[in-house]
Amino acid sequence: MDSNSLYYSLELVAGSGHILTPEQRTALESSLVLLKKNYKFSRVLFWGKILGINGVYFIAQGRGEDEMKDKKNLYSLNCMDWFLLPPASDSMIEEVSKATKGRFIGDPSFVYEHQEIHRQGEGNEPVNEKAVITITEEKRLAVAVHQIDAEVSVVPRGAFIKSPRGLVQLNRSFGGLSEAEARKLDNFLHLRQSKNMKKKSVLDMGDWNPAMDYLDALSDDIPKGSWSLQFEFARKVCVLRSLLWLGLTFYHVPMTPQHGYIYIGDGTKNLDLPFML
Amino acid sequence: MDGKEERVQSAAAFKSYMLKNSTKSNLNLYDHLTRLLMKLMDEQPHNAVDVIEDMSSDVKRGLLEEMQSTVKDLPETTADVELAEQQRLLFTRPKDVDHEEELVETPLPNVSELSFYLEQAGVGLGRDEMQRIFLALKQLVESQPLLHCRLWGKILGTENSYIVAEAIVEGDDHSVDEPAEEEEREVDTQENEIDQLPQSTYKPPSVVPKEATGTGANKFVYYVCNEPGLPWVKLPSVSPAQITAARQIRKFFTGKLDTPIVSYPPFPGNEANYLRAQIARISAGTQVSPQGFYQVLEEEGDEEDEVSQSNYEPNPDFEGIPAAEMAESLSNWVHHVQHILLQGRCTWVNLAVKPGDESNEEGEADEKEEEPDEPEPEVGPPMFTPISQDAEMFNTPPWSLSLSSTLTSQHAVAVLRSNLWPGAYAYACGKKFDNIYIGWGLKYTGGGYTPPVLPLPQKEYPSVPEITEALDPSLEEEQALKEALEEQQAVREEMEATDEEEEEEDD
Repeated sequence: MDSNSLYYSLELVAGSGHILTPEQRTALESSLVLLKKNYKFSRVLFWGKILGINGVYFIAQGRGEDEMKDKKNLYSLNCMDWFLLPPASDSMIEEVSKATKGRFIGDPSFVYEHQEIHRQGEGNEPVNEKAVITITEEKRLAVAVHQIDAEVSVVPRGAFIKSPRGLVQLNRSFGGLSEAEARKLDNFLHLRQSKNMKKKSVLDMGDWNPAMDYLDALSDDIPKGSWSLQFEFARKVCVLRSLLWLGLTFYHVPMTPQHGYIYIGDGTKNLDLPFML
Repeated sequence: MDGKEERVQSAAAFKSYMLKNSTKSNLNLYDHLTRLLMKLMDEQPHNAVDVIEDMSSDVKRGLLEEMQSTVKDLPETTADVELAEQQRLLFTRPKDVDHEEELVETPLPNVSELSFYLEQAGVGLGRDEMQRIFLALKQLVESQPLLHCRLWGKILGTENSYIVAEAIVEGDDHSVDEPAEEEEREVDTQENEIDQLPQSTYKPPSVVPKEATGTGANKFVYYVCNEPGLPWVKLPSVSPAQITAARQIRKFFTGKLDTPIVSYPPFPGNEANYLRAQIARISAGTQVSPQGFYQVLEEEGDEEDEVSQSNYEPNPDFEGIPAAEMAESLSNWVHHVQHILLQGRCTWVNLAVKPGDESNEEGEADEKEEEPDEPEPEVGPPMFTPISQDAEMFNTPPWSLSLSSTLTSQHAVAVLRSNLWPGAYAYACGKKFDNIYIGWGLKYTGGGYTPPVLPLPQKEYPSVPEITEALDPSLEEEQALKEALEEQQAVREEMEATDEEEEEEDD
């Protein structure tokens, strides 16, 4: 969620059970402003917390001109000193998925090791080669943040528009979804490169606006039912919770431009989802 | 004279022509010109003759708007309006309550204090929501005769969430619900008289009896509601079969208490029972207190076999452990809820006791010596075990300890987080402590969940030699057998013949 709205929007996502202590909140308000100035971001967001066994990571995200492509992730252990996370490449994602198991430890220099045994059969003498893959927790963190953003980031329809130059930018005249619109899952979109998993017929795409409807809708997520939509806070705030990554909460106050999402959880994907629905 | 009359008549005719209502818009020219001229008189615009056409269309449009506004919208009752009306009741004060009654000890917990300490720990539902829950608990305490009440926490669901309160109801001790399973057995006996069908030798495993209210897993009664302000619903007590089934399934809650749970192994009950079973498991696994806060209640006349540790009370001599010490080592925290055994209860019940041998039920120890086939009693860890002895599962330590603040550690609160049940937290600060659970109600299962495998299909009938098929012997085998038999007979005849000869010789 945007650092400007931190002081009131944390209350709105508190229904998931996690809040920031007053000390952490005030520390963030100061340090995020400094972060924005130092890195020259156009917007800086407090992305969330990843709870490790021995420690907690606070993650911030800075956005540049294009909200989808110019993203930089930073982490901190005490809300004041921030370190840049490396961007997640495909090879890094593959290594992390092989080497890491279980929960985050809480120490960014912790090294996960994984031994892979390759068999190279040549005639009668197969040779066993052992390859040890080591990966630090910092890289695992970078990959986790990247995956969560790619799979479960949420924005309301109309909040981000594509400028004629192709840049994705905040829509300053976004007035908010109405109460009826906020109850439908297809008014919420993922902020990521469109994957177009379902081919939409011309009937559906009839009244789409190319500046607003270039992102995937939440209702196309597989499996269906992996989002929980509720009206909380005395039924005034629309809260979306992901069941795939437990801990991601999105809030939107209908008829106002206030929206945002935050992830507070242990940073592991819920692979048992099909059993649980 | 005639000219004047003619003029009057033609004026009247023209007036009546102007008064005729148009078929399209139901307006007439006379009224329209009247209104237009009145408007001109009121407004007196410059260059009236140039703007007269616009003014005329303005007047017409003005008429139409008036007609439309007579149709009023029915105010729709939106969801937040409905809830606001119910939540208004939270803020009303009953008139006939004396001030004196309120100063007496009430079972109402101090949720504001809880909310403050949890906020220091980074857990909670936000100040406004906690305040509403506080008032809802007050409503609960006023409507039911409760001896003790506590906010247990919140369980999130896919469509709606549950706010759970833990309570002890006055006068509800040690009552056991009568099982309604005896009715089914009577129907079967009627079939036997008609026809002798092969009897099934399947005996379903005997059902483990429920624990009485006030003991073991049913020590507390739980009330839930979807939102503060809505009426509280009492959850039914939990049975061991439900706990064992809940340990094997993994399902999200939907938010409606009567949703059926479709799973394998089949869960005996609906969502209300599943919710109660998960609450029992979470309480048994994560409710902890500083060591020494509670002490065992001493009862007179204890039987040796009965576990009398289920009763505890706050220790009046407890001096409080400083938060820094609480945050350093896990051995300062102890469980104060009984562990649930594999059987699904807190006290073990020997199911193999045969009905009719009532004299043997008193001495369970004697039975163990006589029949070594008796199942071994399950014993859980004793009450007040420090949590440093909790087993590590899936390579993760079961608890994470921290101090709430490193900058102001003089007044910090010790925070304990469970890794096995994500969402279970406990805080301790001097003499105060509490537990809370805010989460999805699911245990951490390590890598992935695999549903239990179906059992093998049952054998339909016992394999007795009379009905087992055997291959018919082939021709060669029969002939070989015949020859062998003939040989044997020939040998026997010879033996008899030699015996007779011997007998004759002796004579």
